[in-house]
Amino acid sequence: MKSPLLAFNKRGIYCEAADVYLDPWKPVDKAIISHGHADHSRWGHKKYITHHSNVPIIKHRLGEIEVSGKDWNETFSINGVKFSLHPAGHIIGSSQIRVEHKGEVWVFTGDYKDEDDGVAVPYEPVKCHTFITECTFGLPAFKWQPQVEVFTEINNWWQQNKEDGRTSVIFGYSLGKAQRLLKHLDTSIGKIYTHGAIENMTEVIRPLSEMSETTRITRDTKKNEFQGNIVVAPPSAHGSPWIKKMVPYVTASASGWMTFRGARRRRAIDRGFVLSDHCDWQGLLKSIKATGAEKVICTHGYTDIFSRYLRELGYDARTEETQYEGETGEEELKNEKES
Amino acid sequence: MKDFAELIKTLDSTNKTTLKVEALTHYFKKAEDKDKVWTIAILSHRRPPRPVNTTLMRQWASELANIPLWLFEESYHIVGDLAETIALVIPPAEENTEKSLNQFLQEILELKPKTEAEKKDYLHKNWLELNYYERFVFTKLITGSFRIGVSQKLMTRALSKATDIDEDILAYKMMGNWKPEKTTFKKLILEENEEDYLSKPYPFYLAYAIDGEVEDLGDVAQWSAEHKWDGIRSQVIVRNNELFVWSRGEELVTDKYPEFEDFVGKVPNGTVIDGEILPFPDGKIGTFKDLQTRIGRKNISKKLLEKTPVILKAYDVLEWKGEDIRTEPFVERRKILEKLYAEVSSEEIPLHLSERISFKSWSEVAEERERAREEKSEGLMLKKLDSPYLVGRKKGDWWKWKVDPLTVDAVLTYAMRGHGRRSNLFTDYTFGLWDDDKKELVTFAKAYSGLTDAEFRKLDAWIKKNTLERFGPVRSVTPHHVFEIAFEGIAESKRHKSGVATRFPRMVRWRTDKNIHEANTLGELRDLIPD
Repeated sequence: MKSPLLAFNKRGIYCEAADVYLDPWKPVDKAIISHGHADHSRWGHKKYITHHSNVPIIKHRLGEIEVSGKDWNETFSINGVKFSLHPAGHIIGSSQIRVEHKGEVWVFTGDYKDEDDGVAVPYEPVKCHTFITECTFGLPAFKWQPQVEVFTEINNWWQQNKEDGRTSVIFGYSLGKAQRLLKHLDTSIGKIYTHGAIENMTEVIRPLSEMSETTRITRDTKKNEFQGNIVVAPPSAHGSPWIKKMVPYVTASASGWMTFRGARRRRAIDRGFVLSDHCDWQGLLKSIKATGAEKVICTHGYTDIFSRYLRELGYDARTEETQYEGETGEEELKNEKES
Repeated sequence: MKDFAELIKTLDSTNKTTLKVEALTHYFKKAEDKDKVWTIAILSHRRPPRPVNTTLMRQWASELANIPLWLFEESYHIVGDLAETIALVIPPAEENTEKSLNQFLQEILELKPKTEAEKKDYLHKNWLELNYYERFVFTKLITGSFRIGVSQKLMTRALSKATDIDEDILAYKMMGNWKPEKTTFKKLILEENEEDYLSKPYPFYLAYAIDGEVEDLGDVAQWSAEHKWDGIRSQVIVRNNELFVWSRGEELVTDKYPEFEDFVGKVPNGTVIDGEILPFPDGKIGTFKDLQTRIGRKNISKKLLEKTPVILKAYDVLEWKGEDIRTEPFVERRKILEKLYAEVSSEEIPLHLSERISFKSWSEVAEERERAREEKSEGLMLKKLDSPYLVGRKKGDWWKWKVDPLTVDAVLTYAMRGHGRRSNLFTDYTFGLWDDDKKELVTFAKAYSGLTDAEFRKLDAWIKKNTLERFGPVRSVTPHHVFEIAFEGIAESKRHKSGVATRFPRMVRWRTDKNIHEANTLGELRDLIPD
């Protein structure tokens, strides 16, 4: 029996024919990287290949590494296996990785979403035989509202807090969610202040995408500057002494998990906005259909449930163990780096 | 319905008590009277009887969402709340209804006797006419009580602000056996009505657990001590030759304890006694497990009455000769109670006195506390001699001083996702102890509480990575983690695989310093059962 084009081993998703890994979780010689979140682009590989807009991001996170940048749709061969990167729409610089060998095409999504968020290049479906997909939000309970509606709610919330004389503090991951917020917050309401971790990442991304002006919070920032303005901070800042400077404040979180009332209450956050950089249930199903794939492999999220449903729909679907962690992973792994 | 859903959303979206009271006050000032009565009813756990069983609701919701039932069930296990799951999976509303809260509740009341087909139509139609949050609230009204961090006390405070009626008076008015569909806001809250008071108990005075050293309470001569009995805290009322028995949960339970009918004619009219209902098999105090055979039974057979009779262990008297004496000092109220007890003790009615302990120093009090298990009590109650009988949970005059719990070290064996604020997190655990040859872990208790949020998160992540098998919502996990499990009581039980039942088990410590072979055995657990 011939070995599959992509196989899941202890180090990551392995292409034996090319001797290269996709988003490996253990150090390897050569890695093709889908995007800059910590659970997908890890430290310690000898060579990194990724989309050129992701190059400054992973350099910022991982320091001096050997990395080469590719364009969208640019085909590059390794040992006769053809690879190309295609927009995944998850965060800026995020790609799906297409692998073609002897007429067989596999696509690995990394993380993706099918809504245009105005920052990342929008997701494009890629035809393939086998589709390796995430399913972080692979449950029918997840149904996103259009982004414009969510941002109207966020901006109204900010406006109301301003009228009540309070500071708005909104939590989002420093890579991806934060820049999406910066792009769509209505600066006619007030000024945007940023936590250092977010400002550092945003400085890296500014040359790639236009965003509102921000003010970095430093030791010298005065307590009375905040009132009526908005502060964008990573989730780890919640409950830390850092936030005390913003009193009186109201907190909010922007995440797909805010769908669940329990998730928001557990984190003791005042307001939850359902805003995700992943596909919702329908988004996943539509995207899978658009690839024309017959085989589907689910990597992370509600994999067992989702692949069982796909089998009922007639797909040859299964689950593979990986160390990708979806939205929680982005939060927790990054906190280690940033703290 | 819009205003009510908006209120629930506001209450749900803040953790600050002041904002909750503000939102409720605003609502009580603005809402129409009929809606107010229903809101009070719902927030004091008086929802209408469930008109549809939840199995059917799951089925109908999954049909409307166009997903297989198993997928609905899986989603429910993860979301952790049925109404929330239904509200999430059903497609967005196309139209929007303007029906009021009381209209919806009237319809829900009328739904119960209807046919299944009619019920299904009703739900499908209304689910599709409500936006996400209204749909959630509507479904909650049908399926269960609201747990949104609003206590009755908080609601009473808001109602007091909105009506300018004293909080204690409102608490009193809202007690008892009223039905929202049969009363009006005017009658329930605004009017004074003598007859309504016949059955009404007083709000219970509840104590906090003592924090710090008992000596810090000051001069021991100012205090009274008695055992804290482990039964059902109750008020027994005799007025106008009628008997009323109220449990602390404000439930009228007169019919469940026919023994107390003997009080009528012997205890004078106009008497309210605060005490503990205790099981009394074979002429001595039984265990809480004995009492459980009486709780929840609708029909009390003669056989059961003979096997497990109950008594009232009296703590206090709140009304005497028709007068509210709650502001009298405790020591004066006890004099009345003890005199009453002496007068009726020859009558063979099931009234016992919770004796005051005599002591000269705090160390003597502490010694008595050590005897609590022997006495089948939970510990001691300390009451200041001059204390009035207050309303609700208050600090200062009364303290409970429970015995230290029993503990064992047990191994985590199964986990299930939690509900409410713990939805989508594995927080409900099953624990095992070694059988006597230390070969197999036997399930002995379930516990859900006692860890910090951070510990729960850590354990949740570990469980997801160390699952052995899945049984619906339950996962078996690699035996690896040891926890110190505390519990209040222990008794033999035929219903449990381990042969032992524990009362209120919870986690007190994550024993990261212990490996699973250091956990306790069933034999060691059985040794804790008192003779």
